Amino acid sequence: MKILVPVKRVIDYNVKARVKADKTGVDLANVKMSMNPFDEIAVEEAIRKKEAGQAEEIIAVSIGPAQAQETLRTALAMGADRAILIQTDDIVEPLAVAKLLKAVVDAEQPRLVILGKQAIDDDSNQTGQMLAALLGWPQGTFASIVKVTDGGIEVTREIDGGLETVALTLPAIVTTDLRLNEPRYASLPNIMKAKKKQLDVKTAADYGVDISPRLKTLKVEEPPKRAGGIKVKTVAELIEKLKTEAGVI
Amino acid sequence: MTALVLAEHDNKELKPATLNAVTAASQLGGGVHVLVAGSGARAVADAAARIDGVSVVLLADDPSYENRLAENVAPLIVSLAGDYDAIVAPTTTSGKNILPRVAAQLDVAQISDVMKVESADTFVRPIYAGNALATVQSTDSKKVMTVRGTGFPAASATGGSAEIRSVATAANPGNSRFVGAELAKSDRPELTAAKIIVSGGRGMGSSQAFSIIESLADKLGAAVGASRAAVDAGFISNDHQVGQTGKIVAPQLYIAVGISGAIQHLAGMKDSKVIVAINKDEEAPIFQIADYGLVADLFQAVPELEKAL
Ligand SMILES: Cc1cc2nc3c(=O)[nH]c(=O)nc-3n(C[C@H](O)[C@H](O)[C@H](O)COP(=O)(O)OP(=O)(O)OC[C@H]3O[C@@H](n4cnc5c(N)ncnc54)[C@H](O)[C@@H]3O)c2cc1C
Ligand SMILES: Nc1ncnc2c1ncn2[C@@H]1O[C@H](COP(=O)(O)O)[C@@H](O)[C@H]1O
Repeated sequence: MKILVPVKRVIDYNVKARVKADKTGVDLANVKMSMNPFDEIAVEEAIRKKEAGQAEEIIAVSIGPAQAQETLRTALAMGADRAILIQTDDIVEPLAVAKLLKAVVDAEQPRLVILGKQAIDDDSNQTGQMLAALLGWPQGTFASIVKVTDGGIEVTREIDGGLETVALTLPAIVTTDLRLNEPRYASLPNIMKAKKKQLDVKTAADYGVDISPRLKTLKVEEPPKRAGGIKVKTVAELIEKLKTEAGVI
Repeated sequence: MTALVLAEHDNKELKPATLNAVTAASQLGGGVHVLVAGSGARAVADAAARIDGVSVVLLADDPSYENRLAENVAPLIVSLAGDYDAIVAPTTTSGKNILPRVAAQLDVAQISDVMKVESADTFVRPIYAGNALATVQSTDSKKVMTVRGTGFPAASATGGSAEIRSVATAANPGNSRFVGAELAKSDRPELTAAKIIVSGGRGMGSSQAFSIIESLADKLGAAVGASRAAVDAGFISNDHQVGQTGKIVAPQLYIAVGISGAIQHLAGMKDSKVIVAINKDEEAPIFQIADYGLVADLFQAVPELEKAL
């Protein structure tokens, strides 16, 4: 089967986002950008399925600015076979991303799409579920195990109460959680090889999808700061403070 | 203007997250109805009908809703959505699983993890691990949103007397099947509802050592939390993870033990009323947000704390 893996270029997870002084957004100038960590897990899972002989081709797709080509090259260096960039400088909301991905699915006919559960910039946690809805496919979200079975997949999901396993028919959508796997690093030779792999650049218009936003961002602010605390020297002092000053025990 | 709240439950009990979602829904400025989709879930509907401020409970009782598979529940909500201006679910794994499917079928944006309702169409939500708060205005005719439990007080679970209406089941696509669940059993309070949480991190070193966190929690009547590193290392199960991509908590007291204070962890607990950090590294970032920091070896401090309480 063919597997499609959507990967988003986001602020690196080690960087603390800073709000712009004019409150229009977050300052991303000169900030390190990387592949969304959950999407690295998605790429890794697709590669493992291919290595296990359960998939033939892995296509990475990204919607974003020209620099998202670097993100796609990372996916190619990890082991994806080819890539598609739908290039735009606009902010594309999850619903519009899902519509673009549906168009890619219609064109490429994968049996499985593996997305991250959440982009660490918008923290939406929507795109995979929305794509599943638009395609009428089943979804295994927040996956910690994905097993290919006769005629379908079995997905173990991280849920609030513990773990849950569902059986899905194919084609299907999977979104990754942290414990699904540990993504590999691309080796230097593979980084070199990835430069030669096919990467097609398209636009939203090529797919006839309207990506205009449905939400207007009125302002972006810093959260209230916590007042600084103190250091206590002993356990006894800690208990004393919690009892008398804070009154929480 | 009427909002429909998706009840969080396990067919037997209504979960407290529903109460916070009802409060958020009521702040939209109109009536609040609750949908209970389940199997043999009459008792849940009865409990929902007692929530203060709820006028109607819709009960969709059918075996296909027993495990609230998104593939089955989303079409049900879509079939009911015509009567509502807003669809609201708590930001639980179930709400996060189902609601975007509903939004896409209705061709509207979803507003995720709303912390504050400014007006019927304007909401505050966290982005970038809560390091920024975005105020967004929805231009869609219907609002579909998940709401953060810690952002809204719980509606009173008693005092209401809503009418319970049975609703027809929607067509079930038959493309997914529940296989099984491994649910954590515990007598401790639920993480998202607890007044006190004791959390352990990588510094605990092993699952055996993690038990000192559990015994301190028991002494305090607290819930047990963990960092991602502690879960990844297998010290404790995934349902304990606090953070940007785990559970969001805001107890009266949060005690972080052997946790460094990564952005992703802070995102899940920095709205706690009082934060205590116990860490042997005085430079650990967790101290920057702790009200009370104790620089100490946790293997000494934690048992000592438990004994002295
Ligand atoms: C996409 C993504 C999502 C993530 N989501 C989450 C999330 O939801 N929640 C989360 O928590 N993390 C999350 N993380 C992980 C996060 O970045 C950190 O790696 C993690 O929080 C670190 O856990 P820790 O503090 O337990 O471990 P460490 O950072 O290793 O810290 C261990 C601490 O223990 C202290 N220590 C060690 N021994 C002792 C001792 N004997 N006595 C006292 N102190 C001791 C050390 O000084 C150190 O400060 C996520 C990461 C990514 C990339
Ligand atoms: N612009 C994008 N390009 C490619 N994939 C995306 C994009 N936005 C979201 N995704 C995918 O959808 C997942 C969830 O994102 P979100 O719904 O925004 O939290 C991500 O982990 C990606 O796999």
